This record gives sequence, C-alpha cells and structure tokens, in this order.
Amino acid sequence: MPRLRLAVFKFASCDGCQLSLLDCEDELLAITDAVEIAHFAEASSTLAPGPYDLVLVEGSITTAQDAERIQEIRKQAGLLVTIGACATAGGIQALRNFADAAEYTRAVYPHPDYISTLATSTPIAAHVKVDAELRGCPISKESLLEFIAATLAGRAPVLPARPVCIECKSRGTVCVLVQGTPCLGPVTHAGCGALCPSYRRGCYGCFGPSETPNTAALAARFTALGQTPREIVHAFRNFNAGAAAFKRESEANEHKTD
Amino acid sequence: MQQATAAIRVLAPEALQDLISALAATRVVLGPVRRDGAIVYDEISRLDDLPAGWTDRQEAGQYRLEPRTDAALFGYAVGPHSWKQFLLPPREVLFTTRQTADGLDFLPPPAEERTYAFIGVRACELAAIAVQDKVLRDGPYADTAYAARRENAFIVAVNCGTAAPTCFCASMNTGPKAAAGYDIALTELLDGRHEFLAEAGSEAGEALLAALPSRPASAGDLAAAEAVTVNTAAAQTRALNTENLPAQLAAAANHPHWQEVAQRCLSCGNCTMVCPTCFCTTVADHTDLTTADAQRVRSWDSCFTLDFSYLHGGSVRQSTAARYRQWLTHKLSTWVEQFGTMGCVGCGRCITWCPTGIDLVAEATALREAQNGNS
Repeated sequence: MPRLRLAVFKFASCDGCQLSLLDCEDELLAITDAVEIAHFAEASSTLAPGPYDLVLVEGSITTAQDAERIQEIRKQAGLLVTIGACATAGGIQALRNFADAAEYTRAVYPHPDYISTLATSTPIAAHVKVDAELRGCPISKESLLEFIAATLAGRAPVLPARPVCIECKSRGTVCVLVQGTPCLGPVTHAGCGALCPSYRRGCYGCFGPSETPNTAALAARFTALGQTPREIVHAFRNFNAGAAAFKRESEANEHKTD
Repeated sequence: MQQATAAIRVLAPEALQDLISALAATRVVLGPVRRDGAIVYDEISRLDDLPAGWTDRQEAGQYRLEPRTDAALFGYAVGPHSWKQFLLPPREVLFTTRQTADGLDFLPPPAEERTYAFIGVRACELAAIAVQDKVLRDGPYADTAYAARRENAFIVAVNCGTAAPTCFCASMNTGPKAAAGYDIALTELLDGRHEFLAEAGSEAGEALLAALPSRPASAGDLAAAEAVTVNTAAAQTRALNTENLPAQLAAAANHPHWQEVAQRCLSCGNCTMVCPTCFCTTVADHTDLTTADAQRVRSWDSCFTLDFSYLHGGSVRQSTAARYRQWLTHKLSTWVEQFGTMGCVGCGRCITWCPTGIDLVAEATALREAQNGNS
C-alpha cells in the first residue's frame, strides 16, 4: 500500500497544533509506517515538493502574501484540513477584527512602517475550500490520530460536534456551572475530553462553537451568576473570537452597560 | 417488602463498617463520597468515606453542599451521579476485530470481572434501575453485559430522610421509601440517637444482615422509621400530576410552549446524561493506524445532539424545540406505550443539573394546563 503523503503548513499561529503531531510519541512510528511526512518544517529541513494527499494547515491569514500562499497550497493538496482555532476561526489574533489594526501597530512597534499586515485575521476557509476542520487551541492529539486513521481506512472520522457537557458527564465530572462557575462547555465543541472542568475550571471555549450553540441563553445564565457584559464579551472573545456564533454573542453584549 | 419482623434489625452506625468490609471481600463497594463540592458515587472501603454531616442544597440549575447539624451519613438527597454509570458505563468496547491472513477475527471484550455492591441506593434510583432492567435486560434484545453486571450487584438501599426542593418521587409513586429491588434497606434514625433500621429484601441480604452486630427492632424503632418516610414525603414541595399526562403531552405536539422552552434550552444534553433512566447510546467503529485492528465502541449519547437523529441526508430534529419535545414526551408519554412505565422517577436531577434551570415539572405542567385551556 503506498504511503499517504502528508504535508504541514503554517500561517499566523503559535505552532502548538503542529506540535500535537510530534506529541504523538508512542504512535509516531506507526504514523511514519503509514504516512510519508513529505513537508513538515518543524520536524525536518528536508521539504519535499507536492502534490500531497493530506495537507494540515495551521494558522490564520493575516498578510497579503499568506493570502496568495494558501491558494498555491490548495492546488497541491488532496485533502486540506485546518488544525486549530487559528486556521479554523482566525485565532486569538482575530481580536484585531474588532479593533483598528493600524492603531495597534502604531502602539506596539517603534517603526510601524516596517509592518505589512492585513486589517483582519481570517480563517483558511475564508480563502480556499477546506475539507475538514480539527478544532482546539491546541487540537487534541486524539482527534488528529482519529482523523489520520480514518483517512487511511477510508472511513468517516468520529469527531462529534456535540457540546463539552457530554464529555464532562461521561467522565463523571461535577458540573462547575451549576456550582456557580461560568463555563462555556454547553456551547463549546467537544474534543478536549472536558479538560478544564475536570480541574474545577470553567471551559474557555478552545474548541469553538458546538453544533447548535444557544449562546444567548448561556450569556443570560452568566448574567444571573453576576457576570458583567464586559466579562461576557471577554468570555466569548478569546481563541475563537472570530467563530460566527461567539462573534455574534460578544457583539450582542458589547454595547450593554456594566 | 419484608413481612417477617424478625428480619428487621437495628444497627449502630459502626456496624456499617462491618457491612462494607463484608461486601468488600468479594466485591467492588461503591457508595456516596464528598468530592468536588458534591456527593458523588465512588469506591469506598471505610465508614469515614461516607459524607458524614453533609447535605446538599438544590434548586433548578443550582447545587451546593452544606454542613448539617448532625452526623448523618445519608443526610442528602441525590447528587449528579447515578448507578447508571456502573451498570451502563459511559464507554464500552463491544468487540475488537483483527485482520489475519484468513480474514477477520472477531474478539469479544474482556469479561467483566468486577462485581459491584452499591451502598446508599435511593428509592427513586431503585425505580430507575427497574426501568433500565425493562429496557436493557427484560426486552426481546437483552444486553448481556448489562444483565451480568445487574444480576451480580448487591444493593443496599437507603430510605430517604431528607428531600431536596427538586425531589418529586412521592408524586411519581417511586419513593421516598424503597419498595422492592434491594438486598438490604436502611433507614437512618436521627431522633435524638444515631441508629439504622435494617430490613432484608433478599436471602443474600438476610444472611449478611444476620452476620452484623445488631439488635431486634422494637415497635418504637419501626414507628421512628415510618416517621422518617412520612416526613420526607411531606417535605417534598414539587409534584408532577401524571393523571392523563401521556395523552395530554401527545396532544400538545404543536404547542408554542416548546419554542418558549427552546429559548432557554442549551441543547447541551446534561438532563439526559444525569437522568438515571436515559439509556441511549451511540456506536462507532474505530480503526488504528495500521488499519488491521478495529474496535466497535458504544458510548452514551443524547437526543439533544444533531447526530442522534441523523438519517440519510441530515438530522431529523434540527431545532432545539423539536429535541426538547422529543425528550420530554418520551420521558412522560411515549415511554409508557413502549415500556409500560414512565421514564421519569422523580429524582429531580434534570432540574438541578440543567445549567439554565429548566424544570421538567414546570414545563410538563405548563403544557398540561395549555391543553386544559387554562393558559
């Protein structure tokens, strides 16, 4: 059986999602048996040219050059899969979409004229066709392995878009929200294994919106728990600030007075 | 129910350590423990593991623990866990396949070696186990793994001495006193003393009870235990009027109230996860990177997910209103046609553990009144 040719490309991002591939320590040998890692700059300086069967794309589009580069990568890709919140929703850097990016540049850099950047941070799907998305900040190693294994077997990957609550309950975690801690779990896509609530923290929404998120009802609950509109804006305006459902909810609360 | 008064004994709290130890000799003993600000079910070995002196304060969408003024061991209502998590585990491998030179080998999952003892099973929980027995064990397609775990489980019931505002078992005729389905039933007596009235409900229970340090129950002890049940039933402030409810809910299928609930419903599935009778699961096949080994895994599912009603071309129940209606009408209406009982035992977990505090009793009552033309 010919090995699957895999490539990893990076855009505006922190590299954490790519690291999930290297983090597959125990499974890494099995991966390289089944997959030819043709282009993965973080792992090897030997970069083989395309075309590739499977392209993992990390990061968001924040420069004009990157907007062109993703078009070329799409042409080389059989399956193009975005990995992580940046590639899927624009990432934390999509906070610029709610502000004046030029003003940020002036405030941060001594020589803003050296900086060439777009006014927005946009997900890969805003530029090219995306075949699948792996959510998370960062993605989970388990979902990456599941996607690769499914692709090798020619089956659909099992990556349900249901809320984190189902993972919490399945592992027996006591609901922190019912105990008074604001938690985005009920509107957040599963896949992390309900990590934060298992440490008695509310969910930060790293995996972005679940399949049918009722963010307004959750925001109303946060208000009842004493959260201010500003705190609610911050809750939804995080790694997945640019995801449609979270963006709408943060904007709905933005002009309410505290 | 136990007829022979001779089998009714009175135990000191310390005798429960003998009970736990005796059960632990051959079983995994599970009971209430205090963890993460809640009373949950986990493995226990010592009397000290029990949540002595703690109670739960529950309201729709709220749960807090509070100290009691006494040392009651079972002085709480019910927590977020139910025995479902042991009898019908959240994730279970159904079989493994392995590709060989000759084809495909099917390997059964490793046999369950653990047998359970459950300590502190409430009357509503016994009713819930009976409902799941009907669905998973006694129907035409018995689940052998469930049946094996169930048959081997030793059940120590506790008749409730406290009711949360979310409890409504009295109106569902499922509690607060355990009627059947236990090996031993305890009633905690706190009327100026701390003792337990113990009744055997099976031969195994009778044998174990006989081995514990105890004294025979007096008429006064029996009256004290009866008073506990009467007081707990009287303390319940929620009640569901089930008379003609299945028909009324069926007739309310298109009522606008479902849309109103959907405004508040997160579709998060918490109500179904905490429900001790909800039994829906999904099955998925997983292959590994070699594609030589595969596993079929069954895991808890919820009718509040889109995948749950996914048929060819899409999900049948796209709207939250449709999903909430499916859940509530199944619990309180179509369940009766299917299994001959309601799917609700009145434990109140779906009310407490709904993050937005949606109240099954209030919603069912609102729909009933709408059908009666009262709203």
